[in-house]
Amino acid sequence: MKDKTTLIVESGDYDKIYSAFIIANGSLAMGMDVSMYFTFWGLNRLKKNKLDKGPLSKMNFLGLGKLFMKWKMKKANVRSLEEMLNDFVQLGGKIFACDMTMDILGIEKEDLREEIITDFCAVGTYIKEARESEITLYI
Amino acid sequence: MSKEIKVNCMGENCPVPLVETRKAINKAKEGDILVITGDHASSKKEIPMAVEAMDLELISVKDIDDYWEIKIGV
Repeated sequence: MKDKTTLIVESGDYDKIYSAFIIANGSLAMGMDVSMYFTFWGLNRLKKNKLDKGPLSKMNFLGLGKLFMKWKMKKANVRSLEEMLNDFVQLGGKIFACDMTMDILGIEKEDLREEIITDFCAVGTYIKEARESEITLYI
Repeated sequence: MSKEIKVNCMGENCPVPLVETRKAINKAKEGDILVITGDHASSKKEIPMAVEAMDLELISVKDIDDYWEIKIGV
């Protein structure tokens, strides 16, 4: 059994990026291929040193809520986003960056972590990936 | 020669036991046995699901004191 999970990561929120990587790494761990397609606010998280810089989607309270959440997560021994990204890459997951978002938000290739990005592409690539996938989610 | 490989996931939370098991499977050679220990409750159910999905051999699932031990044949 070898099937695929494809995730659209549109949100740049801290908790949603976590959801995306937990589902992605769980899929890889259970023997599936995974493609993550980063678009809009999600793409900001692929900028250098920005992976864990998103706000909480709820109760952020100007960052205080996020600090509290980070403390709770540390107590629960949850792996950091950077470690989760390393696991993702190590297990063979693929990351795609939406090139239209780059045009709209004025993001250049060199602003992004090119070493972890498989390709820069548009909707056609997502459809191709999603068509081959058992699981596809919009986050 | 086949060998026994220990994977210690004590204190680790979701999805780390699954991920570390998968990394160990990737590194192991055919015939090796993985011995995974941990105390994350859901992983005790989910590691066997991953084993089934990847067509590997689930040798045993044991509770020992306050943790679990899962053996997998690669």
